[in-house]
Formats: sequence, structure tokens, C-alpha cells
Amino acid sequence: MSKVRFSSILKLTVLSTVLAFTSNVSADPVKAAFVYIGPTGDHGWTYAHDEGVKYAKEKLGDDVIMTTIENVAENSDSERVITSLARKNDIVFTTSFGYMNPTVKVAKRYPDVKFEHATGYMLEDNVSVYSARFYEGRHVIGKIAGRMTESNVVGYIASFPIPEVIRGINSAFLAAKSVNPDVQIKVVWVYSWYDPGKEADAANALIAQGADVLMQHTDSTAAMTVAEENGVYAFGQASNMREWGPNAQLTGIINDWGPYYADRIAAVRDGTWSSSDTFAGVQQGMVKFAPMNNNMPTEVKNEAMQAIIDLSMGKIHPFTGPINKQDGSPWLAEGETPPNFPDLLTMDFYVEGIDSQYPN
Amino acid sequence: MIKLIPRVENSKVMILLSPLLAMTLTALTALIIFIFILDDIKVSSVFFTLFVLPLTDSYLFPELLVKAAPLMIIGLGLSIGFRAGIWNIGAEGQYVIGGIAGGAVGLYFYNVEGFWLLPLMAIASILGGMFYASIAAFLRIRYQVNEILVTLMLTYVAVLFLSAMLQGPLRNPAGFNFPESRIFHDSAMLPIIWEGTRLHIGFIVAIILSFVAWFGIKKHMFGMQIKITGSAPRAAKFAGFNDNKTVLYSLLISGGLAGLAGFFEASGPAGQLTPGLPQFYGFTAIIVAFLARLHPIGILFSALLIALSYVGGEEVQIEYNLPSSITQIFQGMLLFYFLACDILIKYKVVLNKTKN
Amino acid sequence: MNESLFINIIIGISIASTPLIFAAIGELLVERSGVLNLGVEGMMIVGALLGFVVQFHTGNPFLAVFAALLGGMAISSIFAFLTQFLLTNQVATGLALTLFGLGFSAFAGRGYTEETIVLIKAIHIPVLSDIPFIGPLVFSMNPLVYLAFFMVYLVWWFLFKTKQGLILRSIGDNHDAAHAIGHNVVRYRFMAILFGGAMAGVGGAFLSLVQVPIWGEDMTAGRGWIALGLVVFASWLPFRIILGAILFGGITVLQLHAQGFDIRISAQYLSMLPYLATILILVSLRIRLKNKTNRTVPNCLGRIFHSTS
Repeated sequence: MSKVRFSSILKLTVLSTVLAFTSNVSADPVKAAFVYIGPTGDHGWTYAHDEGVKYAKEKLGDDVIMTTIENVAENSDSERVITSLARKNDIVFTTSFGYMNPTVKVAKRYPDVKFEHATGYMLEDNVSVYSARFYEGRHVIGKIAGRMTESNVVGYIASFPIPEVIRGINSAFLAAKSVNPDVQIKVVWVYSWYDPGKEADAANALIAQGADVLMQHTDSTAAMTVAEENGVYAFGQASNMREWGPNAQLTGIINDWGPYYADRIAAVRDGTWSSSDTFAGVQQGMVKFAPMNNNMPTEVKNEAMQAIIDLSMGKIHPFTGPINKQDGSPWLAEGETPPNFPDLLTMDFYVEGIDSQYPN
Repeated sequence: MIKLIPRVENSKVMILLSPLLAMTLTALTALIIFIFILDDIKVSSVFFTLFVLPLTDSYLFPELLVKAAPLMIIGLGLSIGFRAGIWNIGAEGQYVIGGIAGGAVGLYFYNVEGFWLLPLMAIASILGGMFYASIAAFLRIRYQVNEILVTLMLTYVAVLFLSAMLQGPLRNPAGFNFPESRIFHDSAMLPIIWEGTRLHIGFIVAIILSFVAWFGIKKHMFGMQIKITGSAPRAAKFAGFNDNKTVLYSLLISGGLAGLAGFFEASGPAGQLTPGLPQFYGFTAIIVAFLARLHPIGILFSALLIALSYVGGEEVQIEYNLPSSITQIFQGMLLFYFLACDILIKYKVVLNKTKN
Repeated sequence: MNESLFINIIIGISIASTPLIFAAIGELLVERSGVLNLGVEGMMIVGALLGFVVQFHTGNPFLAVFAALLGGMAISSIFAFLTQFLLTNQVATGLALTLFGLGFSAFAGRGYTEETIVLIKAIHIPVLSDIPFIGPLVFSMNPLVYLAFFMVYLVWWFLFKTKQGLILRSIGDNHDAAHAIGHNVVRYRFMAILFGGAMAGVGGAFLSLVQVPIWGEDMTAGRGWIALGLVVFASWLPFRIILGAILFGGITVLQLHAQGFDIRISAQYLSMLPYLATILILVSLRIRLKNKTNRTVPNCLGRIFHSTS
């Protein structure tokens, strides 16, 4: 880093320290801000975060003042938005991967403001990272899918090939295969997080190709409505999508950020906040499930419930060896489970048995 | 009934007055909307945040210039083509390709210090943008294929190409397999011209370019040529101007400048290549060019105005928890009024009671 | 490939193409009158919202489609007023319209993202729809798909078989001459713009009334821009709109199917296909037409008209 920049950062640091100090003297409520990638009405990713914010607000009441800003693109604009928020808040949550570098940059300039970045990996003294083990949820719905499919084809609507999405595909496939050795998974990439029309086109294509159970890693409710129209099954994504598929939705993976948000904001209030790396799953309650649909056979329901219980007690791991990679090379030995880093967090391969070609 | 009488000469008074009138009308409409949707918030403070704060705040003001710089550069390039009636709608795509080309050079020489690196990146980005626009030029000249469609379609292709590059060769090897490049090395980052802000040298380049363009259009033969080709194609032919040359040069200029803007964005405020590089600058710049009536110096101001609406809009969202759609509505209205008020420059509005 | 999969693909293509046909055929008429309206995306999204809202409250698909039509018209009237009476630049006004439409619909539709509606269903004609192969392909489409085809025919008939159509085209080619022989340029153009708005509105509503029973901001996701491209692709000839829309929608749907069949090409490059193919087809059409002069482009496209008399 050049000298010029360093000195300017130093100046700002001093300035913001003074500001932060003066604002912390009185027992003011904690000011918390949230940056959203999409609209709160997407009923997927952003919606789930917003529900978490509402929960935290309810829990902490007058102790917190919430600010949310939606539709912040993951480009250089986000750094300005995060900076604006850092100037007025005690803690800033940036809820999408693409905010990682801007968050870290701003955090360096505002060392007394706490930052929480979702789904990233850059930890700093005043930057926490948090993410959920959604692949645990995929494990449960994978088991259900394996049992419920009659055509033995499970369709998977995927957004972008990033580790989180790949983990979900692998986990769902392994779980489905464990209960149904003949199951196949067809993956279609739509290269969008939110395009209801294209998601619906993909759902239709998968159904036409024989899929009778759909999974999605995109944000809209479109695929659920297509499943309902066509009398096939699907799973809610990020939130309960029952309303769009009363018959189709077998269950859904719910991202429950509420308790985490309440805890972290309370920690700022109590002066106990410190930088942390959270990768929580079913056990910690960050991954939850929508009610099981009554149209499922009891055995399937029970098996799924058992998987949830096992996950919540930490008894099982969705990735337990022996597992080979798609090309046949060994990944995990008998009984082995992968570490978070690098295996889980950088996952860029399909496991053996998946027919689709890995996108690259 | 109301009648419009063309003025013999554009009204000098109205050139200055019409933007003010437009802003007043926008403010009035915004006032009505805010009174309607805001119950307990002071409308005057919303106004202050929206219009004044970005100009007076020591953090927001340089950010305003950061946001305006690419709009100025792309808008300038487009205005030249638009004068000649060449509709490059896909500056967004040329901007992306320029960003990729410049960024790729920077990443290739990662950790290499050298004064030559930034100029090399700039040249690569300009050539990248030019190359991408030249596809449309070639198809138009050789096959008479309309450039609106080609440039628009190529924009989608460029965005997907960026995604493929970030998934493949340009991906950060230590980036957990996320589709992002490395953060550029310091020698591949643009010099900052205002200490402690993100304001980079690209802003100065934008100002210089607009004066160069102003001078060029006034004095240079090519400036005359595009002006005549645009307003009177037949006359241009009689004058012996080569239509194909106009097509080629205007697309190369607008493509090259859009590419340069892509590089400035990547090596400036972004500092890396991400899927978020395209951010509608290419489309927004079309509006910028027209708000300025295609005048190079006017573009400086119209880019600032549009940037103001973005930066002020963000602040209003943060401060008053308003949805982001408010910014879009507001931008749309601003444009409507600006365009409408421009009629006063070329026409006199008279009321005459007798029908003829 | 088995028969039912083939039929499914065709139905998928019809669903992906129809919004494009509506929006493009409307814009075609607008451009034939010499006006370039880049606000298609904005008009579509407003139609998508209004169609959804009315279907949600009334459950009456006729009213819903009608509301989308009126909504598209209403927002296009802003464009018509500005460009025809205040003589504003059409490119800039159209872009502003898109911005405004996207913002307005996102704001006005905030209360509806939690809702769902009953979709407009495909028709079923006894006997005819049950004919193997032909039945599902010809007699069992969504009613709006048939309407889209009919609108294309109607626009063709209007442009080339009626006196008013001839006048409209002559206005598009030379507004000064048309004005000189007494035609009301502004009125024709105003009406054409409203028609374009109405069609874009219905095209947008197809997304929220036929394709998916949900409303979400930005759900048109760039289809308005594709429709604009299709008009050029079609060389301003109505029936070619169908060809272009089916090609574009077809490649979009087929690339999703290709992924399902695991054709070994990177998905990013597959996703580029619809756009590249559009360019290639356009070039090849031009090569074939090379020796014929192209007389279908409206000469006055995008030019401002003002009568001094």
C-alpha cells in the first residue's frame, strides 16, 4: 500500500475513533444496519434476512434501531452504501457474498464499528463472518426426494456455480442416493438468482425430462408454482413457500437468521461483541424446516424427522466417507468427514455418481 | 389553444432556464409524492438529503464525482455516434469487455511494479472496447445489419463472457472458488487524486476528454462530417463524406471510451473484477448524453446530475427507510421534465384563441 | 426423443416466446409510424403488475388482461405526450419510461409479493384437443398464445390491407410529405404508441398471468429489450416477429433442455447462444437479401416531427 493512502486512512481512523467514542458515551440504543442484495419481497434470500431483522427488533425492542437498505448491487456502489451506514451505525450486516471486499475495506477505515459479513471468508478484528450449513438442509430434502421420486429423476435448478450451491447439490444427491440407489440428479444452471420466468422455464424443462421432484437454489417462488401446476413435488427455498405450492411443497429449508442477529446486536449493546466465524446449521437452529406436508407417507416423514434429529444432535454429517469425486478419485475415506476449510468452503467438484457435467 | 412556434435561433436564456425549470418541476412533483407517502417525516429534510447533502458532505461529494466519471466518459463517446445517427445501445457490453481486457493485463502482471503497467492496461481496455464495437461496425458496413440489435445482443454475451472468465482463467486462486478475480496489485490501481477518498485520475481524464471532444466537434473535419451525416445524410453524401467511415469511427470511439471506463471502474473504485462490474453505466450514459443535448461540456453536468440522483437516492433510503424504487421513479420523472422543458429552447409557446 | 417430451418442449417454447411476440408486434407498429419507443421494458412490467393485481382481486382473467392492456397504454401515453406534443427526443424519453415503469411497478406492487393467483389455463377443446400429437400442439395452447398470433395477423392486415395502415406507413417513411397531403401525423403516431403500450402491457401480463402466478419487481428481466431487438430482426415485417420470437424463445428453452440432457458445453456459453444466434440469423438473412434494396425500414424512425403550418 502506498504511503499516501496509508496516511489518509490513518487520518480517517482517528476521526472516526473520536466520533465513535463520543457516540458511545450515552446509553443510546444500538444502531444496527443491514445491506440487502435483493428486494425484501423476493420471498427467498433477502426476505429471510428481513424476517431475521424483524425477529431481532421484536426481541430487543427499544435497545436497537434498525436500518435496512435493499437492492444494493454487488459492485463499487456497495462500498459507498456500507460507508454511509458505518458512519451512522454501531454494527453493519452485509448479507451477500459480493460485499466481502467492500466490507473489509470499509471496516479498516471504521475500526470502532462492528461488521458482520454473510457467506464470506475474510475475518478481521471488527469483521465477523457468518453463514449457515444449508447443505444440512439439503441432506434432509435429499432423503425425502430419494423416497418420493417415482421416475428416479430429481431436477435441480441452480443459480451460479459457487461452493455453497455445489455443496447443496452434492449433499442432496448423496442423501437421495443413500435411500434410492437408482436416483439421478439433473442440474440446470440459470445464471441468475432471481428471474421468475427463467426459473419457471427451467422447472418446465426438468419436468419434461422426467423429473418429478424439484429442488432449487434460486430465490423466487416460480419453480414451486410450476411444480404445483404440474403435480410434481418441490421444496421451499430460504422461506416457507407453502402458499405457492400447497400440494407441491413437501417441506422447505428455512434460513433462520433471527436469533443470530439478536445475539450479535445484544453483544454490541453489552460490550461483549468480538469478531467470530460462525458456520451454523440445524444444531444451532440457523437451518430450519417448513412443516412436513401431510401428503407424504408416514415412513418418509419419520425418516426425514430422524435425519433432522440426528443433525441437530450432531450425530451425522451429510458428507461422511467413503465418497469419491465425480472423476473417481477418492475424496473422503471410510468414516471421514470433511473440514470446513478447504473442503467445504471451496468445494468445486461433483461427487461420484452425478451424471451432469461440472460447469466451468 | 397552445401553439409552438419555432425560434429562428435557439434561445440562449432558455438553455440556462430550462434545466432550472425542470428541476423545480421535479422537486414539486417529488414534494407531492413525499407528502403522500411519508406521514411523520419532514419533507424538507428528505429534500435536503436528496439534493443538498451529496454536494456538501465531505464523504459524499467525492463519491458523487466517482459515480459521475464513467457516465461522463461513456456519454461522451456515445454522443459522438448519436450525432451521426449511429445507435450504439450496447456501450454496456464494450465497457465490460474493456474492463476484462484491462483487468486481465493487470492480473497477468500481478506483483510486477512498473510505471508502464497502468498505461498498458488502459490501452488494452480501449482496444478491447474498440474491438467489441467494431463487430457491430463490421456487420453494419459489410451486411447492413442494424447496429442497435447487434450492440444490444453483444451486451448480454459480454456479461456471460465475464462470468465465464471469472469462473475460469481470471478467478482468484485463493478465493474459495468464488467467481471473483484477485484484488489488483497496488501498481495496477489508479492513482487517487483526492486523499482519503476513492476519487481517481479517471475523473480528470473525463474532464480533459470532454474538452477534447468539444474542440474536435467544433474544429475537426470528422466533427463536421458526423454532424452533417446525422442531420442531413444526403448532403453528407454530396459533400463526399464516406458513410462507412463515419459508422466505423463513431463506433470505434464510443466503444474505446466505454472500454476505458470499464478499466477505470475495475482499477478504481472496484479494485478487482467481479460479476458486479456491469452496472448499467452503458445504458445510463445514453440518458446522460441526451440530457446534455449531446454537448460535450453539457455531459459533464448531466452526468453529475444523474450521479446526484443515485447518491442522494441511496442516502434517502438509508435515512428514511424508503424502498429503492423511489430512486428509479425519481430519475424517470427528472428525465421527463428535463426533456419536456427543452422544448422552450427551440420553440416559443404561444396561446392563440383563434383556430386557423 | 419421445413424443410427449417433444410436445412439452414446443409448449415451453410457446410460453417463452409469447410475451416477446406481444411486445414486439406492438413496437413494430410504433416503429412503422416512425417512432422509436425504447420504453418497452417499462411498459411490460407495469402490465405484469396490473394484470396480477386485477386477477388477484377479481379472479377474472378477462378483466386482468384488460387491466394490463390499459396499464400499458396509460404509461405509454406519457411517452406519447412528451414525444408528440413536446417534441422530446425519443431515445431518451423511452429510456426514462423504462426507468419510471420499473420504479413505479416496484413501488406500487410492494403489497403483492406475498400473494398468488389462479393462472390462466390452456384451453381444452373436446375431440380436437384429444387428437394425438396435433391436438396438444394445435388445439391445447393457452388462449393468450392464440391471441398473440392473431395480433400479428391483425397488425399485418392493418398495415398492408387498410387505408389507415398505408397512411401510417407513409407517415413513418416521410412525415413531412404525409403531413403535406393532409394526414394528421401526430394523431396517427399517438394512437400507434398507445397500441404499442397496450401490447407490451399484455406481453408483460403473460409472465404474471400464464407463466408464473407471482408478482416480483423486475420480473420482466430484460424481455422488453429482446422485443426491441426482434423488431429489427424482423425487418419491420409482422410475420417475421413470430419467427424471431420462436427462435429466441426456442434457443432459450432448448439450452435449458440441453443442460438437462447434459450436452457437454459450458452453461455460460450455452446461455450466450440465443443472442449470438440472433445476430447470425440476421446476418444470413441480409446476405440472402443482399441484392434487393431493403425498403421496410421506416425512414423517419426516431425523427422528431413538427408542423409549422
